[in-house]
Amino acid sequence: MKLYCLSGHPTLPCNVLKFKSTTIMLDCGLDMTSTLSFLPLPLVQSPRLSNLPGWSLKDGNAFLDKELKECSGHVFVDSVPEFCLPETELIDLSTVDVILISNYHCMMALPYITEHTGFTGTVYATEPTVQIGRLLMEELVNFIERVPKAQSASLWKNKDVQRLLPAPLKDAVEVSTWRRCYTMQEVNSALSKIQLVGYSQKIELFGAVQVTPLSSGYALGSSNWIIQSHYEKVSYVSGSSLLTTHPQPMDQASLKNSDVLILTGLTQIPTANPDGMVGEFCSNLALTVRNGGNVLVPCYPSGVIYDLLECLYQYIDSAGLSSVPFYFISPVANSSLEFSQIFAEWLCHNKQSKVYLPEPPFPHAELIQTNKLKHYPSIHGDFSNDFRQPCVVFTGHPSLRFGDVVHFMELWGKSSLNTVIFTEPDFSYLEALAPYQPLAMKCIYCPIDTRLNFIQVSKLLKEVQPLHVVCPEQYTQPPPAQSHRMDLMIDCQPPAMSYRRAEVLALPFKRRYEKIEIMPELADSLVPMEIKPGISLATVSAVLHTKDNKHVLQPPPRPTQPTSGKKRKRVSDDVPDCKVLKPLLSGSIPVEQFVQTLEKHGFNDIKVEDTAKGHIVLLQEAETLIQIEEDSTHIICDNDEMLRVRLRDLVLKFLQKF
Amino acid sequence: MPEIRVTPLGAGQDVGRSCILVSIAGKNIMLDCGMHMGFNDDRRFPDFSYITQNGRLTDFLDCVIISHFHLDHCGALPYLSEMVGYDGPIYMTHPTQAICPILLEDYRKLAVDRKGEANFFTSQMVKDCMKKVVAVHLHQTVQVDDELEIKAYYAGHVLGAAMFQIRVGSESVVYTGDYNMTPDRHLGSALACPPLSRAAWIDKCRPNLLITESTYATTIRDSKRCRERDFLKKVHEAVERGGKVLIPVFALGRAQELCILLETFWERMDLKAPIYFSTGLTEKANHYYKLFITWTNQKIRKTFVQRNMFEFKHIKAFDRAFADNPGPMVVFATPGMLHAGQSLQIFRKWAGNEKNMVIMPGYCVQGTVGHKILSGQRKLEMEGRQLEVKMQVEYMSFSAHADAKGIMQLARQAEPDNVLLVHGEAKKMEFLKQKMEQELRVSCFMPANGETVTLPTSPSIPVGISLGLLKREMAQGLLPDAKRPRLLHGTLVMKDSTFRLVSSEQALKELGLAEHQLRFTCRVHLHDARKEQETVMRVYSHLKSILKDRCVQHLPDGSVTVESVLVQTTTPSEDPSTKVLLVSWTYQDEELGSYLTSLLKKGLPQAPS
Repeated sequence: MKLYCLSGHPTLPCNVLKFKSTTIMLDCGLDMTSTLSFLPLPLVQSPRLSNLPGWSLKDGNAFLDKELKECSGHVFVDSVPEFCLPETELIDLSTVDVILISNYHCMMALPYITEHTGFTGTVYATEPTVQIGRLLMEELVNFIERVPKAQSASLWKNKDVQRLLPAPLKDAVEVSTWRRCYTMQEVNSALSKIQLVGYSQKIELFGAVQVTPLSSGYALGSSNWIIQSHYEKVSYVSGSSLLTTHPQPMDQASLKNSDVLILTGLTQIPTANPDGMVGEFCSNLALTVRNGGNVLVPCYPSGVIYDLLECLYQYIDSAGLSSVPFYFISPVANSSLEFSQIFAEWLCHNKQSKVYLPEPPFPHAELIQTNKLKHYPSIHGDFSNDFRQPCVVFTGHPSLRFGDVVHFMELWGKSSLNTVIFTEPDFSYLEALAPYQPLAMKCIYCPIDTRLNFIQVSKLLKEVQPLHVVCPEQYTQPPPAQSHRMDLMIDCQPPAMSYRRAEVLALPFKRRYEKIEIMPELADSLVPMEIKPGISLATVSAVLHTKDNKHVLQPPPRPTQPTSGKKRKRVSDDVPDCKVLKPLLSGSIPVEQFVQTLEKHGFNDIKVEDTAKGHIVLLQEAETLIQIEEDSTHIICDNDEMLRVRLRDLVLKFLQKF
Repeated sequence: MPEIRVTPLGAGQDVGRSCILVSIAGKNIMLDCGMHMGFNDDRRFPDFSYITQNGRLTDFLDCVIISHFHLDHCGALPYLSEMVGYDGPIYMTHPTQAICPILLEDYRKLAVDRKGEANFFTSQMVKDCMKKVVAVHLHQTVQVDDELEIKAYYAGHVLGAAMFQIRVGSESVVYTGDYNMTPDRHLGSALACPPLSRAAWIDKCRPNLLITESTYATTIRDSKRCRERDFLKKVHEAVERGGKVLIPVFALGRAQELCILLETFWERMDLKAPIYFSTGLTEKANHYYKLFITWTNQKIRKTFVQRNMFEFKHIKAFDRAFADNPGPMVVFATPGMLHAGQSLQIFRKWAGNEKNMVIMPGYCVQGTVGHKILSGQRKLEMEGRQLEVKMQVEYMSFSAHADAKGIMQLARQAEPDNVLLVHGEAKKMEFLKQKMEQELRVSCFMPANGETVTLPTSPSIPVGISLGLLKREMAQGLLPDAKRPRLLHGTLVMKDSTFRLVSSEQALKELGLAEHQLRFTCRVHLHDARKEQETVMRVYSHLKSILKDRCVQHLPDGSVTVESVLVQTTTPSEDPSTKVLLVSWTYQDEELGSYLTSLLKKGLPQAPS
C-alpha cells in the first residue's frame, strides 16, 4: 500500500492511495495562495494600480518591468492570477479509479484533474459538497472571467530569472506548473463525473475495497472517509471539527480500529479560539459602524458566513445596529443563501428540528425578509442604487486579488473610519493587503477556523487508536513562527509518518487475509475436529471461484462415474487428478501398539529392529519393510496394492490428518 | 436450516393497515405500522397481541421501519409504542419524521375531538413516540446492531417515501413500501437515476425476498401525459359550463402534483376561475416541500433558486363559506377518500348538482364514500339522510403507485429469489403472482393477514483466507476449467468465533505440530533384458505418452519423476534380465503413485523398432 502525495498544502490536500487493486485519489485541493503573488484585478479601472512602477533589477535592468510591478516595497506579477496545481507527474493520473472528496474547499482542483489527465473514473461526494463546491467554482470563474486581462506574464517564471527576484516570488514553488483558472464548461464537465453519496453509505469499488463517507462536522456535507477491505482499514480525516456550528457533528466512533489514519486539514490558526474571534468580529464591526465607518468582510460565499450572519442576527438589535444595511455580494450569493436552507438532513440537530416545524434552519431567511440583509450578484446593477453608507459588506474573494472585494478595498482603503475584518484563515492577511499599501483603513484579523486543533487531535487519536498516523510534515513540528510551542504539533505513538509534496510513502501495512465465502453445501460437508481446547480444524478441499474480486468456495464436483459402455476407453482416461491432494499428516506411530495392531490383522512373522532414529518393522513373508521414525513412516513393499493399502490404512489410524 | 419468516398483520391481501413482521437470521423487524381507513373499531390497528402474548414487544422486536408518512403505514405507531409499549428504535427518513407527527395529530383530532372516541392515543403520546424515531439518510447503511443493517432507497410515491433493504450477513429482504416507477411533476421515480441525482433506484441487490406493494397489480396505465391531459380537459370543461370541481386529496403528495399541474394550466390558458386548497395544512405542506427540495425531482431541484414550484399564484386558501359562492371554482379538499372532514362536507353540498364534478385522483379503500361512488353507487345514506349523487363522478389514477409493469420492472432490477405481495386485493395479487412466477421464474407468495410464509435460506459462511494460500491458488490461473476443476486445499482453523482458512502447512505450524511424512516405495518387476539406461528411456517415454498433462522428467541421475513421484530403475544382480522399478511417493501423492504402480505393472509397450 502506497500513498502518493501530490499537494504540499496541509489543508488543501491531494493524495493518491494505492490499496489492493484500486487507485484512490483523496481530495483534490487547489492551492490558491499563489494568487497572492499577483496584482489585484479591479472591477473598475484603478488609476492607482495601473500607475504602479515597473520593477527593475538592482543593476537597473528593466526587462521585467511590464510583468512585475512594485507597490510599497513588494513586487507583484501583473497578469491573470494563476493557481498552484497538485503534482501531475508523480503518478499517471489516468490510472486513478475514483476520487473521494471530503469537503467543498477540497475539490477546487477537480476540473484540472478530471479534464486534463485522461481520468476516466468516478468522483464521490455528498450532495451539499457538490452544490456548494459548484457555487465556489462558479464564483471563482465569474470573478476571473468578468475582468479579462490581456496580459499573461511568463518571463518571470524562467528559472534563471526567478532566482533574481525578491522574496516571496523567488521562493514560489513549481511556478512553471501554475495554471490559469478553468472555464465553466470544464467545471460542468468535471461535476458531471460526480456520483452523490450519503453519510455511512457503503460504496463497493470493484468488489475489492469499500469506501464510506462519515460526517466530519466541519461544513455542510463535509466528510471523512473510511477505505477498507475485510481485514484492513484506512481512515482519511480531512477538515474535521468538534465545535458545534451548523453542520452535523463529527462521527468519531467509526474511525476506531484503523490500521492507518491519514490526518489532514487541521486548523490553520491553532492559537486562535473561534468563539473568541466571533466575539471580536462583532464588537469591531459594531464599533466601526457606530463611528460612521464601513465594514468590509472578505469571505467565501458559503461556510463561516452562515455562522457570522447567525451571530449578527442575535447581535444586531442589542448593539443598536438594526438600521445598518448588511450587503452580501457574490454572483452566487442568492444561491448560497437558498441552498443553505434545503440541506436539513446535513445540519446539526438544532437546525434539523427547526425544519420539522417547518421553519427555515438558518435565521438569515428572516434577515432577508426584514430587509436587513440584502444580496446582489455584483456591485453593478441594483446594488449601486441601493447602496447606503455606513454599511457592512460581505464579499469575496478572501485573497483580495479578484472579486468585488477589490473595489471596496480601493474605495474604502483611504479612510481610517473604515475597517476590513479578516475572518477566512486561508490567506495571510498581511500578504493579502500588501498591494493596497499604504492603507488608512483599520485592519482587524479575526481568523475563524473551526477545524481540529492539536489538543483535539491528540484526544481524538487517543480515542480512536489508529495503529499508524500519516500526516503532512507541517504537523510534525511546531509552526516556524512559534518554534518553541511544542504543543502545536501532533504527538502520538508510534510517531506520525510525515509526507511532503511529491513524496511517495510506503504505508506500514501487511495484508495477510482476504475474505472468502464458503457455500453452505460445502460448509455442511466439513468435519471439524478439536485439536486443542477451543481450537478446531477442518480440512477443506473445494473449488475456488473468483468473480469481481469476490472469492467463493464451492464443493468439489462429484467424481463422474465412468460412462459405461460404448465409448472406447483410453488408457489416459484413468489418469487420476493429481490436484486431488491428500491431507497432511501429523503425530507419531507408537511401535508396540503398531505391531499389536498388525498382529491383530493377521500379520504374524513380524520382526522389529531398532535403528538410530527409530525402528524397522519387517514383515518377512511379504518382503515388506516399514521404517518408523518420529516424523516419518516409510513403507517399502512389493507391488501388491492390496497389501499396501491395508498397511497404509493401519498406519493412518495412528495419525492426525490436516 | 436458517429461514426467513414473514407474517403480515395488515396489508395481507388487503390495502390499509400495513404492518408486516419479518424474521431474518434471528432478528425480528416490523415493517410499517399503519391504520385501516375502512374501519373504526379494533380492526383499524394491527393485532399486536399476535407478536407476543405476555412478553414486552421491545424484547421481541429489533426495530420498526416506517416506509412513508401515509397513515395506512404509520397511523398505529403511537398506539404501538406508547399504549402497547415498544421502546426500541423506529426508523424513517427525515421528511417522514417531519411530516408523520402532523398527520398523526390530525388523525387523533379527527378521532377524538370530532368522533369523540375514547381510549385513543394522546398528543403527548405522539410526541413521545416520535422521540423513539431515528432518522435515516438515503443509501446510508444503518447498523441497527452488530449484525442487522438497513438501507433506504428512494421510492417516489410521496415526499420522503423510501424502500428498505434489511440485511443480516448474506441474507436480505427488500420492502418497497409504496413506490412509483414513473417520475411525476414533483417527485422523482423509484427508477430514475440521472447522473447528478441521488442514484434513486434499487441496485441489483439480489435479496432473498422482495416484499412489494401491489395496489395496481392488474393495471397497466397509459402514459402519464395522457392522464394529465384528460384531467385538465375535464376540469376545464366543468369550469367552462360554470360547474364546481371537487378534488378530494390528502394534504401531502398528489395534492402538490395536481396543484403544479393546474397552476401551469391556468397560467397558460389565462383562466380566471378560482382554485382553492382547503385546510391549514396547505401552506405548511408546501413549506415542507420547499425545505426538503432535495427529495423532489431533478427539474424542481434545479430551478428552485430562481423559482420555487411550491409557491402558487393561482391557488388560494379555502374558506368554508366559499363553498356556497356562485360560479365555477376548483377546490382541493382533504381527506382523499371522502371518508370524513372537509372534502366530505363539500361533497354533500355539491353532490346534487349535475353541473358539478368530483374527481377522485387516487385509490379508495372499501367502506369509504369515495369507494362507494366509484363503484357506481348514486344513492348514499349519510347521517340518516338520503343523498342523491347527481354530480359527475370521475376517477383518475393519479396515485403514485407502481402499476403491474412498474412492479415487474422493480423486481427485475432487484433480482430477488422470492417475491411476496402485500398492499393489494387478493384477486389482483393472484394475477401478478402468476405473472411473476412465469416471467421471472421466482416463487411468489401472497399471505393473508396472520398467515406466515417461511422461506428456507442457505447463507454462505464468510471466513478469512490467508493471502498466501489464495495467491498460490490464483497464480495457477483464474479461469476454472469445467472439465478439470481445480481444487483448493487448506485447513479451516476455528478458534473462538473467528474462522480462518490457511494452508495445511501453516495450520500445522500455528499449532506447533510437526508433519509426519508417510512414504511408500513399491517394487515393480519388469522383464526387460536391455541395458538399464534403455529401460529408463522406455519407462520415460511410456509415462510421457500417457501422462500428457503431467510433468514427466528424466533426471540426470537416471531416475524418472512424474510430478513428485520418483521412479528409479535397478537391475538385480541375481537376474540381469529383469529390472526392478522402485516407485516412491508420499501420502499426498497417493492417487498418482498408486496409479503409476498399476500402470507399470502392466509392463512397457513394445518399443517401435
